[in-house]
Amino acid sequence: MLSARFLTVLPLLLLSGCDLVVMSPSGDIANQQANLILVSTFLMLLIIVPVIFLTLYFAWHYRRSNSTAKYDPDWHHSTRLEVVIWSAPLAIIIALGAITWISTHKLDPYRPLDRLDAERPIPADARPLTVEVVALDWKWLFFYPDYGIATVNELAAPVDVPINFKITASSVMNSFYIPALAGQIYAMPGMQTRLHAVINKPGEFEGFSANYSGDGFSHMRFKFHGLDQQGFDGWIARVKQTGTALNRDTYLKLEKPSEREPVRYYSSVENGLYEAVLNLCATPGKMCMSEMMHIDMMGGAGKESAENRERLEYDNRHAKSGAETPGATFPATGTPARSEEDSNSTVGTSVQEGHQGHDMQNMNHDGHSMPGMDDNSGDPAPTQLNN
Amino acid sequence: MFSNFDLQKFIFGRLTLEAIPYHEPILVATFIAVAIGGLAVLALVTRFRLWGYLWTEWFTSVDHKKIGIMYIILAIIMLLRGFADAIMMRIQQAIAFNGNEGYLNPHHYDQIFTAHGVIMIFFVAMPFVTGFMNYVVPLQIGARDVSFPFLNNFSFWMTTAGAVIIMMSLFVGEFARTGWLAYPPLSGADYSPGVGVDYYIWGLQVAGVGTTLSGINLIATIVKMRAPGMSFMKMPVFTWTSLCTNVLIVATFPVLTATLALLSLDRYAGTNFFTNDLGGNPMMYVNLIWIWGHPEVYILVLPAFGIFSEVVATFCGKRLFGYASMVYATVVITILSYIVWLHHFFTMGSGASVNAFFGITTMIISIPTGAKMFNWLFTMYRGRIRYELPMYWTIGFMVTFVIGGMTGVLLAVPPADFVLHNSLFLIAHFHNVIIGGVLFGLMAGIVYWWPKAFGYKLDMFWGKMSFWFWQIGFFFAFMPLYVLGLMGVTRRVSQFEDPSLQIWFIIAAFGAALIAIGIASFIIQLVVSFLRRDQLRETSGDPWNARTLEWSTSSPPPDYNFAFTPVVHDHDSWWDMKNRGYERPLTGFRPIHMPKNTGTGIILSGISVALAFGLIWYMWWLAAVSFVALIAVAIGHTFNYRRDFYIPADVVTATEDKRSALLEKQA
Repeated sequence: MLSARFLTVLPLLLLSGCDLVVMSPSGDIANQQANLILVSTFLMLLIIVPVIFLTLYFAWHYRRSNSTAKYDPDWHHSTRLEVVIWSAPLAIIIALGAITWISTHKLDPYRPLDRLDAERPIPADARPLTVEVVALDWKWLFFYPDYGIATVNELAAPVDVPINFKITASSVMNSFYIPALAGQIYAMPGMQTRLHAVINKPGEFEGFSANYSGDGFSHMRFKFHGLDQQGFDGWIARVKQTGTALNRDTYLKLEKPSEREPVRYYSSVENGLYEAVLNLCATPGKMCMSEMMHIDMMGGAGKESAENRERLEYDNRHAKSGAETPGATFPATGTPARSEEDSNSTVGTSVQEGHQGHDMQNMNHDGHSMPGMDDNSGDPAPTQLNN
Repeated sequence: MFSNFDLQKFIFGRLTLEAIPYHEPILVATFIAVAIGGLAVLALVTRFRLWGYLWTEWFTSVDHKKIGIMYIILAIIMLLRGFADAIMMRIQQAIAFNGNEGYLNPHHYDQIFTAHGVIMIFFVAMPFVTGFMNYVVPLQIGARDVSFPFLNNFSFWMTTAGAVIIMMSLFVGEFARTGWLAYPPLSGADYSPGVGVDYYIWGLQVAGVGTTLSGINLIATIVKMRAPGMSFMKMPVFTWTSLCTNVLIVATFPVLTATLALLSLDRYAGTNFFTNDLGGNPMMYVNLIWIWGHPEVYILVLPAFGIFSEVVATFCGKRLFGYASMVYATVVITILSYIVWLHHFFTMGSGASVNAFFGITTMIISIPTGAKMFNWLFTMYRGRIRYELPMYWTIGFMVTFVIGGMTGVLLAVPPADFVLHNSLFLIAHFHNVIIGGVLFGLMAGIVYWWPKAFGYKLDMFWGKMSFWFWQIGFFFAFMPLYVLGLMGVTRRVSQFEDPSLQIWFIIAAFGAALIAIGIASFIIQLVVSFLRRDQLRETSGDPWNARTLEWSTSSPPPDYNFAFTPVVHDHDSWWDMKNRGYERPLTGFRPIHMPKNTGTGIILSGISVALAFGLIWYMWWLAAVSFVALIAVAIGHTFNYRRDFYIPADVVTATEDKRSALLEKQA
């Protein structure tokens, strides 16, 4: 296996001038994934190299000008050869399929870690670090529920401590990816994905969104710091010291589309904010998806559910609050598709076009709408649920 | 009720002068160039009084050969547009470093990569493939046309209408900024409220009608119109791959149509199929679009495999090795292509068992594909290979494609995909198989069947130039992307921070420049060959000493293809006929029943463009009027009873005598 490894690494060595972070990462999960790439590539080269060689050899040897080569125009079948050409790829795929089945289960991002690296199992007293990740337009928000803090566009974790990520998004799909740490997983609104990983070496690593999410996508980057325990404690203390408070109001401002956001620290976080973001109900007065799902699970609320419709609307929040939606340009906003466009500008005038499907007459009732309260005076008062 | 009636809004919907991108210098320059070029073409056509000729001989033609050629012309024109997008991206990525924002802002860049993907797949690869199937399949099976000739003309014009709609977005409004598959919620009404996604939806819906109908047409043709004696296992391999491709088209394009219809309901009617809120499920869209999207890959590559099979057997002067196993491999790929779609989103958090299942099914596809590769290899074995242009492309394909196949299987391993998904490694992979597989196949097809279609061979020198620039340019353009993918660089990024990446992007841009020379050489090749057509003329009808029925007729074939329907005894039927001393019948010709031209296809297509334009810009009156017109013209066409005629026997005799004279002169 060693020589095999060497053979596949050889072309990569030629590229040693550049930093192939995917092939030489600093976290155990990414490391196993890199090894998997090497092993699979080697297995496939077993068949690819002979095919390329034979193609070029036959192409040369059986050229028309070579009259010494045998010419057999009617030779078109050989059962023995057929068996070989079907079973050789089959054998490779059986081996690769077995590796796939095992590694997919072992490296399932939802599966808690069972080792720190190849030599060390998880210590019995290890307490994993939980980080809740929210992909916003176009920045990253990280909650540290164990410490009651949050940060924007900066992530830190102690070396050799399992990290337990819970990941969601506020508006569109993104993908949470730190190549040095572990493979990516999508961040999707109203849904939570998981990732378990560990960083083995201290250092500063790149993190970014790996799924296109609109105008500010290119700058949706953050730094991931692998720190020793002392450094991590110091980092936590610094966040607590210099940070401000993160409550729903600040979150709703933060959530509006913006690009190249600087790093921000929050020393305290309003209770349940991550769950509210996940359930699309950070805006006051909105009903959480989990609540609706609970009602549905209990048999539903019948016709009364219609009363909740407006409280469950979420996607039109930017338009309602007068902010420009992420992908909005002409003709939705009146902002022409021009080159020197200030992407941070908010145009509140004609945003309503293009939202035919949503009830645009409703006023923005941020902050003062109570469950059951409705400022659409023409409507009957909602009946009580589940009476 | 009419107190706030806004006449301008009623007439123009949301279209205002602001929609014309006159503030974009790049687009203004493009528009001027297109306008001058377009006017020049129109002027020339008028000057040489070609309008009548074009209308009666081409636009309204129901001849499968002419429709096939028109499809390929459409594909070549759109290739130039798609490639212009590609080179703009390569330049942007090569310069946007160290705080330099490049020359394209995200707003423009995001439209370009979306347009590049959409155009290359739907309006380059698809018309190319459909064009070849149209031209070649009836000839290969010894038929005089497809089953439904008018439908064929209509399908072509609908595809063209889709292309026109997409091209309009360049100068009126904007195109989608969502990526080529327009994932919601980003493509939903709330996050992309402009016209871009609507252009995308209606462009694809209109073209999709054409693609689906053409799929039905070709299946019917292959199943019902084969020459007597041609059982399924005696069909040429290209016809086999065409059959499988059209089965895939008919089974998957309705999925695309339905998915886009649901997305348009979300955007137009406020439903919540794919929204975040109110029970919508964006992941459902991702599943549905890939249930179409993965078979689409095989829709493109199977006909290319068919072309290589014909080319290898012909130029090795040898029967194709393992015909039966080639056919079974094609059928197995067709079936398996339906059960692999989830590998496009392993990273969306499906469980390990689901991911592993789809990973392994994906790998299994490499077994029949590998078998095909070996079949071509062993066809070369003990052959006598003539290095004409089609064979260059075939060897280039075999070497290039296996590398793309290997990286594809690598991406099918879910944990490996977690680090490579959406990276430039992925971009390199699919360009490796689409350029190295599909495009090389189509280029081989052009140089292979050109003499059949036009009666003269293509110029060898410029053909070789085109091949080498494409081949070398491909490696320069995409190998750096493999490296960048391993450096953790993701796709669709327009500005970079890490300066160590720049050199790789510059190499890739250099590769794109080489490919540009390859494309230019191809165009020059067509022009030079046309000018030298008398030297390159071939009169035998069989310039390559080939094996299938299309080579038994004259080049170009007469309108009726075959004066007498051939009788088939073996799967290389023309080779078999030649070996058994076939003699062309010279007398006893009878009148031939043929379909008549009709302008309904082009009219319906024009109305469809108007309908789409009305829907995109909310000009409801236009949408309503054109919808009614569409139905009316379609019904009106059913009352057209002048749909066929007979080519008189003496015309057939004269045509065939002319050919006899040519053949005699040559002998």
